[in-house]
Amino acid sequence: MTAVLERASLRHRLAEKGVDRVLWLLVPGAVFVVLLFVYPFLYGLQLSFQPKSGGSPFQNYVTFFSDEYLAETVWITLRLGLPAALFNVLASIPIAFRMRGRFRGKRALTTLLVVPITLGTVLTAEGLLAFFGPTGWFNRIWLALGADEPARLTHNYWGVLFSLIITGFPFAFLLTLSYLSGIDPTLEQAAATLGASKRQRFRTITMPLLAPGLAVTFCLSFVLAFSVFPSAVMVGNPAGETHVMSIAAYETALRDNDFAMGSAIAMLMALVMLIVIGVVLIWRTTLYRGATGGKG
Amino acid sequence: MTGQRFAELHLDHVRRAFGDTLALKGMDLTIKGGEFVALLGPSGCGKSTALNCLAGLLPLTGGRITLDSRRIDDLPPEKRGFGMVFQNYALFPHMSVRRNIGFGLSMRKTPKAELTRRVDEAVRLVQLEEHQHKFPAQLSGGQQQRVAIARAIVLEPPLVLMDEPLSNLDAALRLEMRTEIRRLHQSLGLTTVYVTHDQEEALALADRLVVLRLGEVQQVGSPEEVYAHPVNRYVAGFMGYRNMIPVTVTAQDDERATVRADGVELVGVKREELADHAVAAVRPEDFAVVTEAGENTLDATVEIVEYHGREQAVEARLRDGTQLHVRTNSRLAPGDAIRLKVPVERVLVFS
Repeated sequence: MTAVLERASLRHRLAEKGVDRVLWLLVPGAVFVVLLFVYPFLYGLQLSFQPKSGGSPFQNYVTFFSDEYLAETVWITLRLGLPAALFNVLASIPIAFRMRGRFRGKRALTTLLVVPITLGTVLTAEGLLAFFGPTGWFNRIWLALGADEPARLTHNYWGVLFSLIITGFPFAFLLTLSYLSGIDPTLEQAAATLGASKRQRFRTITMPLLAPGLAVTFCLSFVLAFSVFPSAVMVGNPAGETHVMSIAAYETALRDNDFAMGSAIAMLMALVMLIVIGVVLIWRTTLYRGATGGKG
Repeated sequence: MTGQRFAELHLDHVRRAFGDTLALKGMDLTIKGGEFVALLGPSGCGKSTALNCLAGLLPLTGGRITLDSRRIDDLPPEKRGFGMVFQNYALFPHMSVRRNIGFGLSMRKTPKAELTRRVDEAVRLVQLEEHQHKFPAQLSGGQQQRVAIARAIVLEPPLVLMDEPLSNLDAALRLEMRTEIRRLHQSLGLTTVYVTHDQEEALALADRLVVLRLGEVQQVGSPEEVYAHPVNRYVAGFMGYRNMIPVTVTAQDDERATVRADGVELVGVKREELADHAVAAVRPEDFAVVTEAGENTLDATVEIVEYHGREQAVEARLRDGTQLHVRTNSRLAPGDAIRLKVPVERVLVFS
């Protein structure tokens, strides 16, 4: 009798540690992650260490950095991804700030801002070609305003950057808006009654509480922009100015049939992204990251 | 620490609409420097709206607010310089207790030495010395409340606004903080406007009560005036429990009214002009259980008895079915037939 009293049943002890039948709900997700992410990733990783031509396991990586055309893709991709992500995050702040709270037409405006997500990259790229192309509306107006020659805004760096901004902005905006809505509005009211002007309230209350969210938004926007592929081909100059890493990986693997080298480029792509995200998240740890509600 | 005194804050027909509904229907109120005024009423009575209008967090729909004949209702909150204590405290979660308290001073670019001195003083005043370097999330509800109060009063504002500051605390802490707020008011003399739905809190704290209902002021007066001499049926029912006995009016002069309730004649104080039908308001503790017949007595049957220590809470029923709540020291049991006597001045007759 005493033994029964001293020890709770196995089921209770397991439940205490969080092991119960609800865990089965994790199974589909876990299987999915293993089959579609972990396995392909590890397969690609080991493949990248088996160069087609034989030799050192690191041969593919050595080749990448010694081939200027390939090595340059890192810089080209960063030059597109970083400004696009930064612009999207910064541009979303004032708009999200204005769109907090309720007002007439909020839903229509949100829809308008989010629609580019539904269009897809290809449609956006085609639109850009038509609008910014040498005979597009933009250049017709540009020339009518007295310019000597049409502005070159497609099939180069700018075309891809515009495309990344158009498709990436909705994500950045939605994330920023949700972070901003999570900040208790009475905090700003309290700051106002304590004599803080609008600018001071933004600087001392809103910004510090929003910054960790902006860091995450930046990371996600960056990842999205860094893996750019379709627009780099369609509105960019895929052989030169916008020869981004994903194009290099694709060409190597599927045009030159060198899957090992293609895998190596894909791995380097992941590494660059991880480094950028790592730097941003390390900065984020220096910020206040607790609750942003009123009770603190 | 003494606040920048003012002589008179005047609300002149202040109105505020939300959509088509008027939350505040023309509020007139004069607050004198140093006073502790409580705005009292149930939720939706407009008390918080009035406070937010005073703070500048809500623009007025109409009317004006003047501070010593200077118009202030067109100033943004940061220019009014009133301290405010929010219901949810609204402490800045990313700042330590000290930085929270010093926030207003640093916004005013107060020199560092003075800022330190005044924050020290405020921290001491609300007894948070041990916790001054913690963050709000590490504090208990009562401690957070103290920070919120210190943050509002460190600026020595001419007016402190408090929006149900005790409603998030448990009962024991609520009593303790209530005393604390009264103590701070007495030692600092800061003019305070305090919003609450709790009549006990309002009676205990305020020099003057403003009873609101549906955006309209019902009565303004000292706690005793409002408690003992309510001007209408609504205030009578709201300020502590009163039995509302339906009666028919048989006679009335300027002060007294004679009414019939349950076939018995009652004499009471006339509080309003009366028509034929009226209500007699009587507090449960104003009934005395008596044996002999006499003036102002009602016969009732005891139905439920609750033991409350020194006294009993009794639910009794008149012959016509009207329920009465009675508090008495007599020991009664369900089924007892009792005779209840009530003094004339404790029967308030309202239309």
